[in-house]
Amino acid sequence: MQICNATQRQEDKLPYAFYVGDEELSVQLGAFMQRNNATAEVTLRIVYQPQAVFRIRPVNRCSATIAGHTEAVLAVSFSPDGRCLASGSGDTTVRFWDLSTQTPLYTCKGHKNWVLCIAWSPDGKHLVSGSKSGELILWDPKTGNQLGTPLTGHRKWITAVSWEPVHLQSPSRRFVSASKDGDARIWDITTKKCVISLSGHTNAVTCVKWGGDGLIYTGSEDCLIKVWETTQGKLVKTLQGHGHWVNSLALSTEYVLRTGAYDHTGKTFSSPEEMKEAALARYEKMRGNAPERLVSGSDDFTMFLWEPTISKQPKARMTGHQKVVNHVYFSPDGQWLASASFDKSVKLWNGITGKFVAAFRGHVADVYQISWSADSRLLLSGSKDSTLKEEDEDEDSAFCSCGLVDDMDMDMNQVWDIRARKLKQDLPGHADEVYAVDWSPDGEKVVSGGKDRVLKLWMN
Amino acid sequence: MPQGDYIELHQKRHGRRMDYEERKRKKEARAVKKNSKDARKLLGAKGKRFAKKRYAEKAQMKKTLKMHDESSSRQKVDDDVEEGAIPSYLLDRDPTQRAKVLSNTIKQKRKEKAGKWDVPLPKVRPVAEEEMFKVLRTGKRKTKQWKRMVTKATFVGPGFTRKPPKYERFIRPTGLRFTKAHVTHPELKCTFNLDIISVKKNPNGPMYTSLGVMTRGTIIEVNVSELGLVTPAGKVVWGKYAQVTNNPENDGCINAVLLV
Repeated sequence: MQICNATQRQEDKLPYAFYVGDEELSVQLGAFMQRNNATAEVTLRIVYQPQAVFRIRPVNRCSATIAGHTEAVLAVSFSPDGRCLASGSGDTTVRFWDLSTQTPLYTCKGHKNWVLCIAWSPDGKHLVSGSKSGELILWDPKTGNQLGTPLTGHRKWITAVSWEPVHLQSPSRRFVSASKDGDARIWDITTKKCVISLSGHTNAVTCVKWGGDGLIYTGSEDCLIKVWETTQGKLVKTLQGHGHWVNSLALSTEYVLRTGAYDHTGKTFSSPEEMKEAALARYEKMRGNAPERLVSGSDDFTMFLWEPTISKQPKARMTGHQKVVNHVYFSPDGQWLASASFDKSVKLWNGITGKFVAAFRGHVADVYQISWSADSRLLLSGSKDSTLKEEDEDEDSAFCSCGLVDDMDMDMNQVWDIRARKLKQDLPGHADEVYAVDWSPDGEKVVSGGKDRVLKLWMN
Repeated sequence: MPQGDYIELHQKRHGRRMDYEERKRKKEARAVKKNSKDARKLLGAKGKRFAKKRYAEKAQMKKTLKMHDESSSRQKVDDDVEEGAIPSYLLDRDPTQRAKVLSNTIKQKRKEKAGKWDVPLPKVRPVAEEEMFKVLRTGKRKTKQWKRMVTKATFVGPGFTRKPPKYERFIRPTGLRFTKAHVTHPELKCTFNLDIISVKKNPNGPMYTSLGVMTRGTIIEVNVSELGLVTPAGKVVWGKYAQVTNNPENDGCINAVLLV
């Protein structure tokens, strides 16, 4: 570890994780070599990966149970800066919650049917919500007022909403919505109009993501993933491979795109330009020089890893789930990939190669949603069995004793804590199915909502 | 060639009579009058049949008219918000049978402690001992009368071995032994064939409970693991209580309601 820090000439010590081949180096190197019958003669390639400099403490208690919704809570989301919380429910309202007092802040009525999805703009100035009747409404989180009339155009319910990344345009103006009627539409919030309609799918669009390179990815029930260009709405690519519905898409840069310019330091920005610059810097850092990766989870129990900017062929096919894959999510640093399935398990995969890493079993019913902590060390899953489980992606890897490290002899005097890929915390408390979970970007809080109509806030 | 087709054959060969169309039209035009006349005239069973048929026709007609009205008049779009909201990722899936999470275990424990049950059948008919048991006369001269046979349905555990006849006071006939019960979940409104684990309480007395006698109103424990019920803590519920709702000895099966 010292070597790494020394070679990189960094003043502050960064935590690193080491890998030999695909296996993580969790014991002393000598012991590892003995176990694997390696000799000291061959050169061993050890790959290091920087870990997040901050550490998020696992949540372990329910700090508040906030009642208010009169129907199941279908969507919850923290704002990009982690200071606000919004939820959408089957009682046709969107509600904003005060996180400091843990009480309801605004109740926004306007929808005519269940609010199925909500999305914060990456600059945190707007919230858009989509309902089952197919209309979208913009809300102002500061006042809780509706901005303009509902945006109509979709003929069936909205399945997903995604905003344009803030490093492409600041302040945020455009977002894309996907609907059951097979279209995705790009909307402009200043003109309150549908700019472009992306039609091409022959069946319901289940998921939409606005990528950092200015491309829109849509996954559909017609088994295809389509890539669209955003200025004119032209179809760029069609990714073919799945044998059944595509349920969920995830981008390796998704977390950065979602949080925009806000990072763990809690900086605030005075102007949109400044924000754009900061967001661009964060995005570039996150992406590095590798292309953006896309993963898709499907009803055919498999997942595909794509690099849509490079090729139409999948980079890897990930098999292992025994039932429908409902939700996939890249870790914030893009190294890991988690998938939630109806086969009661959450599986962890290598986010770069798509290799299987671990399976988390513990739920006794379908797993619906997952969420990563901002430092990519913890994973949260919500399930039909009414519990949330918190899993450790890698437990306490960052502590190591300092000592003399001689790289040539491959004899490292480092003591690693045991890396446990196991359940960290069981969070019971919900009386019924958990439909939505979210981990706040600042890592302090976790929110979950479900069929029992209450919102639960979890803290450490 | 079937013999019944001679009319069609004749029509094919010679055509219809010249005024067929006209007669048909006239007959159809007069059919309304004839029907109404029949309706007034017909008596007895025939009249009853006719009235019934006519009523059905009218009702059908009204329905059709209403349907046509609906299709032409403008309507508000799907305004009513349904109960039971589900997230978008479940909207397209077939509504699978779901089991409610049950009221918490503490509640059930408290109930157990008090020995009182807030049960679907609060009162049961007391069963007299004469009805429950049949006296078996034993001994060479059949003079001894200490042996009893249970005349009701019983549950006998899987590990049960009979005692030697000399010591066996109660006989539970194999024909009246049950291992499974048809258990209805009151909220799901569906019935499952579940294994019986034990008899928890027979309202007629502790002796019957220990004998495993199942009469109407008896609380039994059933194996609900295949229902996939979950406690608030996320554990799978294995055994749950159910109350017998029928008279098993008469029906030859056990029907029960799950206590939720």
